[in-house]
Amino acid sequence: MSDAPDHSPTLAALSISDRLGQAMPYILIPVLVVLGFLAIGSTSSWLTLTVSGLAMGMMIFLMASGLTLVFGLMDIINFGHGAFISVGAFVGVSVLMAMGGWTTAPSLPLNLIAVLLAILAATLVTGILGWGFERVIVRPVYGQHLHQILVTVGGLIVIEQMIHVIWGPHEIFLTRPETFQGAITYWGAALEKFRLLAVVLGLIVFVTMRLVLRRTKIGLIVRAGVQNGEMVQALGYRLRLVFVGVFIAGSALAGLGGVMWGLYQEVITAGMGEEMMILVFIVVIIGGLGSVEGAFIGALLVGLTQNYIAFLEPKLALISNIGLMAVILMWRPQGMMPVVKAK
Amino acid sequence: MINILLSGDRPRSMLLSALLLVILIALALAPFLFPGVRSLETAARICIFIVLVASYDLMLGYTGIVSFAHTMFFGLGAYGVALASTHMGRGFDALLVGSVLGALAAAVLAFAIGLFSLRVRAIFFAMITLAVASAVAVLVSQMSQITGGEDGLNYLTPRELTPAFRFGEAFGVKLNGRLLAYYLVFTACLALFLMLLRVVNSPFGRVLKAIRENDFRAEAIGYRVVAYRTMATCLSAAVAALAGSIFAIWLRYVGPDTTLSFSIMLDILLMVVIGGMGTMYGAVIGATIFVLAQNYLQTLMGTASEATSALPLIPELLSPDRWLLWLGVLFVLSVYFFPTGIVGRLRGVR
Repeated sequence: MSDAPDHSPTLAALSISDRLGQAMPYILIPVLVVLGFLAIGSTSSWLTLTVSGLAMGMMIFLMASGLTLVFGLMDIINFGHGAFISVGAFVGVSVLMAMGGWTTAPSLPLNLIAVLLAILAATLVTGILGWGFERVIVRPVYGQHLHQILVTVGGLIVIEQMIHVIWGPHEIFLTRPETFQGAITYWGAALEKFRLLAVVLGLIVFVTMRLVLRRTKIGLIVRAGVQNGEMVQALGYRLRLVFVGVFIAGSALAGLGGVMWGLYQEVITAGMGEEMMILVFIVVIIGGLGSVEGAFIGALLVGLTQNYIAFLEPKLALISNIGLMAVILMWRPQGMMPVVKAK
Repeated sequence: MINILLSGDRPRSMLLSALLLVILIALALAPFLFPGVRSLETAARICIFIVLVASYDLMLGYTGIVSFAHTMFFGLGAYGVALASTHMGRGFDALLVGSVLGALAAAVLAFAIGLFSLRVRAIFFAMITLAVASAVAVLVSQMSQITGGEDGLNYLTPRELTPAFRFGEAFGVKLNGRLLAYYLVFTACLALFLMLLRVVNSPFGRVLKAIRENDFRAEAIGYRVVAYRTMATCLSAAVAALAGSIFAIWLRYVGPDTTLSFSIMLDILLMVVIGGMGTMYGAVIGATIFVLAQNYLQTLMGTASEATSALPLIPELLSPDRWLLWLGVLFVLSVYFFPTGIVGRLRGVR
């Protein structure tokens, strides 16, 4: 009888370069901010641009997070996600307009309540819409990428046109609630109040999401489902239900992002969701499909790059996002933090 | 003879053959059968869209890649002709140079996009093409000193292709340059279509179908899936650009709305799905039905909307501006219940 082959497991710590590779996406943001500072030179404009870049990134993250999770969990790419952004914006703005007096009053609590009510209405409506969308549009075409893309694009068109039917064909201009207008000056830099609100809100959502995903049972199931759905089902969890929940939550977040973006731009159109989808896709791709952290970092990168470049070289701003995507994909073809194995 | 022309891919259905024959004859004799400016416009549009949709089907139906940048390639060809005609003066050489350069640019761009996205997973391609196409559309409307911006470009095509060039009368129809232009469009489109038919029925086309059915297995047999997908994409982009060039020669105008807009992309998608994915004849049927419907149904919708103006909501839903709404509904329904399209139904597949 021969001896068992030598088996001496080693528990070597990760080498420095491996660790650096893992941490690289996180380091990218401070590096970008510092580079931006060096390129811009003036502290006050750098601060303004950074805050607006962060605000934009946070809002894009709100819209992108749901999409990336839905993809990770069920391998479904929802091109109709943009419709929820538009619907959220329209519902939210309608609520704000209906409250009239509360938004024009120069009182912070009243304005805040008004905005919160608008957000609540928007997320509620888009959540319900997402539930219906999943049932009617997405469910019949599980597992067929080609048909998914076609059908969800069809759904996007129908919802967008329904917005035209309900709210009329023209864009709607709005004014932000009184206390969120204007800017505060800090270190000589003008920081728009609404952008600060967007940054705070985005951070709250990101932290909550991370807590739910990392600390709760449901988060555990979701993360496990992203990594290996069949195994989770084999262990007796009804992944379908979890998935529907994630789809609804993702749609509601898109609606929230839509309200914020509408208030940020102070104009809403039925096509806004479709336009935002382009940024959202870029974010999801460079972040790595299925990764919430990746989407967060990707969104901040896109927001910051766009703002810096628009200041430094306005002509390049149009293609800055595509350029960013090309660079990241050359570096990591799967995106920065891919969770879903390439299928 | 016919078998060689059709590359051995016969319609395989009596009704389908009859339909295709009717379309061919109608398009070939359009100026004589349906005299009038509007019907000639429609006929030329059908010819061009058949090629455009067929080239898209090479990607979607045969290779199984979804692209949202097909109008971008179409626009590249159109702008190639427009820019060449603007800078080189009117002449056939400008048209030729513009078409060739446009097709080359489209192929190179398709190659670059494919390089980034196709080697990871095909689904990236759909998202990346959407992003790139929108960036190009914005770029074209922003760089107004080169491209004319939102207004687009007007230019002169050779005198032989304009209505001012007259040379007699036959069967009660005035023979002028417009007629020559139509036959240029018709012949070029027919040639391109037959070429695409040749491509999809070649060994290359068979590999593409294998990749569509199961890319993993195709790779295992020894075909380099990425290379084949990229080649199909480049070819499809080049043909789309040529269709764009023909469109530009016919229209004598290019603008972002007529060549680059996302709604044309949706039209193409719908034509492919209605006609039938994965068969070139689907493009013929889809494009013909769709363009006819687009030109004549919208008028009908307008009348219907006025007739129901007393009712709530219904006139809103029927107004010609909501044309896209019904297209969307039709699109979703046809993907569910009609996945093989009209041609698939006629051929009795599944």
